[in-house]
Parts: sequence; structure tokens; C-alpha cells
Amino acid sequence: MRALDLEYMWGLVPVLLGYVPLTLFMALVGMVCALVLASLMAVERVFRVPLLDIFVRLFISFFRGTPLLVQLFLFYYGLPQVLSVMTNINGVTATIMGLTLHFSAYMAESIRAAILGVDRSQWEASQAVGMTQVQMMSQIILPQAARVAAPTLVNYFIDMIKGTSLAFTLGVTELMGATQKEAAGSFLYFEAFLVVAAIYWIMVEVLAFAQRHLETYLNKAHAR
Amino acid sequence: MTSSSGISVSGLTKVFGTTTVLKDISIDIAPGERVVVIGPSGTGKSTLLRCLNFLDRPDSGTIRVGDLRIDAKTASGADILALRRRTSFVFQNYALFANKTARENISQALITVKSLSRSEANARADAILRETGLADKADVYPAALSGGQQQRVGIGRAMALDAELMLFDEPTSALDPEWVGEVLDLMRRVAEERQTMLIVTHEMQFAREIADRIIFMADGHIVEQGPPAQLLDLPQDDRTKAFLRRVG
Repeated sequence: MRALDLEYMWGLVPVLLGYVPLTLFMALVGMVCALVLASLMAVERVFRVPLLDIFVRLFISFFRGTPLLVQLFLFYYGLPQVLSVMTNINGVTATIMGLTLHFSAYMAESIRAAILGVDRSQWEASQAVGMTQVQMMSQIILPQAARVAAPTLVNYFIDMIKGTSLAFTLGVTELMGATQKEAAGSFLYFEAFLVVAAIYWIMVEVLAFAQRHLETYLNKAHAR
Repeated sequence: MTSSSGISVSGLTKVFGTTTVLKDISIDIAPGERVVVIGPSGTGKSTLLRCLNFLDRPDSGTIRVGDLRIDAKTASGADILALRRRTSFVFQNYALFANKTARENISQALITVKSLSRSEANARADAILRETGLADKADVYPAALSGGQQQRVGIGRAMALDAELMLFDEPTSALDPEWVGEVLDLMRRVAEERQTMLIVTHEMQFAREIADRIIFMADGHIVEQGPPAQLLDLPQDDRTKAFLRRVG
């Protein structure tokens, strides 16, 4: 057993931190897109729109039922062979697409469960005051479902941040890809991957801190 | 009564599974009339109210509120929305919007349904909160209000809509006894303004005070109806007599 090359590790930190913005960019854009898509699918699943429902269920089944890595390869290496509009897709776009579709499938089910958990009185009161279904969902039901779904959704966001590391398999030099390159140059694999592990861990911990504030905010109506 | 004022319900029927809960109910209510529905539990009183604004969809019958007339069999989503916008509803379990403050509970529908500006809606909500004695609770969420306070906000929310018909579904039944008085007081004030009201309640003394007419229901039928003095003191039907003896 050899000693850790701490000096190398310390020197690697600023290099790798330079790639954090790209990782966060992919995760944030993916999360926002996935939230929108998942909310729409969840509302559809609650109201069961004929025909659309079959499509949404198939979508959720496929994107939950296949590995994220397989989906990324399908988008990046596969689709350009059959769809000409996809020919110029770059790795970052393919990653964001993959993360969005993959996680929206999971998130749709969490949001659907949260919507169904909102007390019946809330639906009836919205109807009784004469709200349209869109007003009822946007003003009353979804805000209350958000409170229930928030911890699970933050978990998916954490998973998504870590999932961006798969972009390196599409040739994107992001945090993981950059670490791989550095390690291949120095042969100090343990040190390099230890540093990148620490960077991911810290990012997630910062997020967990933000989560506590988010939950306090969402729970403000329920504090006595 | 002209054909375009007041409320007219005709042939209303509601079936749950194999049980017919409402059997061919017909009621006419004059503008400003305050009608109280009494009767044993499980006789369709709440279902009647819920069918009048389609929280439960009636199987047949017609409902006319002012010049809006809809047929249960053919009512579209737009018809139902239009009907709900002419009525207001006070729930047994208050059903305040849990994610909205007391003020927002009242102003929400004014903004989304009546298209008032936020400041107009808030001003109206604050006026109602003062009227209901809850001015200091404007920014409080329902979870931090007592049952009586929640129900007063619930009534305030319904008052704000200026509906042609206010429906009250056992508004004091879920309350601790100590809060019943303040809720009935508020309802008395609404009644004094000659708001058209249809109230399901077990509060007989209250019914006697404020009702223009009391309807006694049993087994999905209207058994008999009349002014309080007549129905409560000189009931004709044996079922009415038996019920009034039980509730004392």
C-alpha cells in the first residue's frame, strides 16, 4: 500500500471544479424539463384522457423499464442513423434529453400519487366555488401535491446530478470525463476518483441543505 | 314568482348502486327565501344539496337557478360550471383550501372565477373577514384556526361569491359544541340580509328562528313542508312526529 498523493489531489480540485457548471447545467435543465413533462403526464394519468392515456402509460413503462445508459446510447448513437434531424445532436443535448425522459417517467408516478393523496374536500371546494379544472389543478391541487412529492422529487434530482456522469460515455468532457482524462495521464486513479467522488458528494449535500429550506417553505401552511 | 327568478328543482333523482337516494324531488325556492331541510340521517338531505351543484351528479331531473336551466341527463361541463357559479356551498368539514390563508380562501375565487383584480379581491376579502370577526386572522392558514373560525371563513368564502343560492350542508355538525354558537350567529346575519339559503341542519331551534319554510325529508322523499310553526308544532305525518320526538 502506498501513501495518497495529497498534493496531486489538491491540485486536481480547481481543475475538476471547472467542470461543475456543466454538470449542474445538464442536471438543472433536465430537472426543469422533467418536472414540466412529469406534471403533465401525472395530470393526464389522474384524468385518464382517452388514447393519450395509452401513450403516456407506454412512455412511462418504457423509460422506467430500460436502463438510462441504454436510452442515452439510443438517442446519441442510434437515432441519428434513422432520423435525419438528429444527425447533429451533441452529447450534452442527448444527455439532457435522456435524463429528462428517463426521470420524468419516475417523477410522473410520484406526482400522480401525490395528486391522488390530496384530500377530496379540496377538489370539491374548488369545484363548488366555480373553478375550471385548470384553475383547480394549478391553484389548489398541484401546490398541495408538491408538498407531498417534494422529498421524492429532490431525491430524483440527486439521482439526476449523478446521472450526468453518464454523459462521458457519449464523449462529453464533463466532470467524470475530465477526471478519467486526468487519471489516465497521471496513473493516480484512486486519487482522481476520490476527488471527483468528494465533489459529487458535496454538491448533493448542498442540495440536501436547500431541500430543508424548500420543505420548510412548502410546510408553512401546516405549521401550527 | 316569475319563471326566471328564484330556484326550481323538478324530478330530481339520484341512485347510488342499487339504492335510490333521491326519489323524484321537486322544490321551488323564492328569491330571498330561507329553507331548512331536516330529517333522519341517511335520508338524502346532503345528497340533495350536493346534487344541486353537481358535486354528486343527479341521474335525472332539472335544476333552474334564475334563467339558467339544466337537465341532469344532458348537462355538459360548461352547464355544470355555470350552475356552480350561481350557487355557493358551505361544507360540513369546512373544506378550506389548505394551501391558502384565510384571506386567500375568500379572495381566490374572486380572482380566478369572478376576474376581480388582486387588490379588489383582497379588499372584499378583508371586508368579509371584518364582518365575520376574523380580521386578525387574515394571514393565518386553516391548520392554525379553530373549527369555528374555519367554518366562519368557509361561510365568508361562500358569501363573497354573491350567489343566487347558498347551500349549507350541516355546517355545525363537525364542530365542537363550544364553536356552534358563533357559526350559527354568522348564519343568522347572512339570513337577515335575505340571502336565498337552503340549509341542512340538526339545529332545530336555529331552524325555527330563521327559516321561512322547513322541509322534512325521509327515505329520499319530501314528506311534508311548511312554515316552522306549522311543521315543528303541528306535524301531520307520523314519520315527522316520530323524528321531532327523537330530536326533542
